[in-house]
Amino acid sequence: MSWLSRPATETQITHGGRLWLYAVAALVMIFLVVPTLIVVPMSFSDSQYLEFPPRRWSLRWYANYAGSTEWVQATFTSLKAAFLTMLVATPLGTMAAYGLFASRLRWVRPVYVLLVTPIVVPVILVGIGVFYAYAKLKLVNTLLGIVLAHTMLAVPLVLLIVTSALKSYDMNQEMVARSLGASRPRAFFKVTLPQIRFAVATGAILSFLTSFDEVIVALFVSGGANSTLTRSMFNALRDQIDPTIAAISTIMIVVTTVLLALAQALGRQRQGS
Amino acid sequence: MARGASLPITIRQVTKGYGKVLALDRVDLDVRSGEFLTLLGPSGSGKTTLLMVLAGFTRPDHGSLLFGEEEVIRRPPHKRDVGMVFQNYALFPHMDVAANIAFPLKLRGTPRADVARRVEQALELVQLGGYGARRVDQLSGGQRQRVALARAIVFEPRILLMDEPLSALDKQLREHMQIELRRLHDRLGMTTVYVTHDQREALTMSDRIAVINGGRIMQVDAPRPLYERPANRFVAEFIGESTFLPVAASAGGFAHAGRVLKVAAPPAATGRCLLMLRPERLRILAAPDDALNMLTARVEDVVYQGDSVLVQAVLPDGCRIGVRAVSTAAAMATVARPGDTVTLGLAPEDTVILGEG
Repeated sequence: MSWLSRPATETQITHGGRLWLYAVAALVMIFLVVPTLIVVPMSFSDSQYLEFPPRRWSLRWYANYAGSTEWVQATFTSLKAAFLTMLVATPLGTMAAYGLFASRLRWVRPVYVLLVTPIVVPVILVGIGVFYAYAKLKLVNTLLGIVLAHTMLAVPLVLLIVTSALKSYDMNQEMVARSLGASRPRAFFKVTLPQIRFAVATGAILSFLTSFDEVIVALFVSGGANSTLTRSMFNALRDQIDPTIAAISTIMIVVTTVLLALAQALGRQRQGS
Repeated sequence: MARGASLPITIRQVTKGYGKVLALDRVDLDVRSGEFLTLLGPSGSGKTTLLMVLAGFTRPDHGSLLFGEEEVIRRPPHKRDVGMVFQNYALFPHMDVAANIAFPLKLRGTPRADVARRVEQALELVQLGGYGARRVDQLSGGQRQRVALARAIVFEPRILLMDEPLSALDKQLREHMQIELRRLHDRLGMTTVYVTHDQREALTMSDRIAVINGGRIMQVDAPRPLYERPANRFVAEFIGESTFLPVAASAGGFAHAGRVLKVAAPPAATGRCLLMLRPERLRILAAPDDALNMLTARVEDVVYQGDSVLVQAVLPDGCRIGVRAVSTAAAMATVARPGDTVTLGLAPEDTVILGEG
């Protein structure tokens, strides 16, 4: 019996009958991934211009990136912003999720929706709004400004992830802990938090990435010495087409992929525990 | 664990409203030191709310709560020093069995060597010696229940609260655990307040039972007087099966269908009253017996229920009543048949007259 005539599932459908589906899936995967991955070979090109496929290979654009104070500074700005966003958004989002989960007040629903809006509203609107607010507050082109704006975008993600983890958590456990002598904060840290820790960690990673990958809000409120990496890349693309961009993109793809894989692994842990 | 100290609980005028509904309506209750008291009532009666007031998770609108001589109404749950067992056990899944039980000891700063010893003692007390290293999800329902119990008593609280702890277990295990819980209580001697909606469980385990309905205590009594002398129709209907016949006050006492009822103790009730009939207290008489109160009825149906046989009959005034008889072979040979007219006897000691309402 060939592979094609074997059943694909518990039903009568064979792999042969599913070929079209596999083809569609493969095409979708290619369309999704190839445009991203095309920069990888381009970054190893020896050419002065973005070129595919490269005719000669070299690491000169990586060297160019590492040797440029402007790029290195932008990278550090991005890393700082991402790290600080993670530090602020993770506890805030976790607290919001916990508070809304534990509360029996009537406005739990509206508050939840309000907190999630930043990821529903088009980011360009967020960018414009934040820019005008920051202009008044003198926060444009500051690290604090970037962190606050990115935190606003990251909190909903943490909220969503932690809320979904809390759905399978039994609040009676915290009541038991309190009856056994734990104060409310202690009951949270000893009983609740250990059981949602993978969700909180996943939320932290996604907060980091939200800030690290963000470009639109950064275009509005980051600049000068506090330009983020993505913002500098955007400018560079406009002014000078230079394979350094491809090298930086490749590095960002690697960082993002590693962190997302980590988040995935944590998600699996969460289901396992 | 040795027999420890226990505290009496005094509940005074405790009231808790949710919106317009009163979950607790001026509740007064005294739980004696070392007593096993059950709060029994239908769902929504306020029994769990009252337990939550005792535990400190619900702050009543007003009222007073004393543990011993101390007012604790404003004291937060973690400072009340009461053990509590929840319906769904609520074991901590991220800790093994020993860590679950050690939890209250560690919070109290018990030295490490003592923790290990007391955890093992508590496990042995609930017949789970050697289970300390097990993961919570490796335990059966009954074992989880025991771990939850061990965790609630390991720090030797003077008061133990239990919220329907056996309701998730199957019938056989439940009945076994009822006896075991009661034995454990007798051994440790802590004041225990137990919540259930299962009247048989309450009768089996309790020193006294407080029947609650609509946020009010209907009656507090030991199982037997509660069953045999219910204070009102609600208690009579909630505990055991019963039917009620209207009775009229007359010169010699209370009369039903023109016959004055013989009673062992004169009823406290006055005015319009009801005669309480429990199926197992009625007997089908072979011959009239003047020492008993007698009723004539026509048999409608005979239902064999294994351990007993239920005869359903209709009185001349149309009231339906049940009579429960033993199901021995001899009794089954002579049991009434549908259509028969039978004479039912009720001993004066079992004749209970309640006020209407």
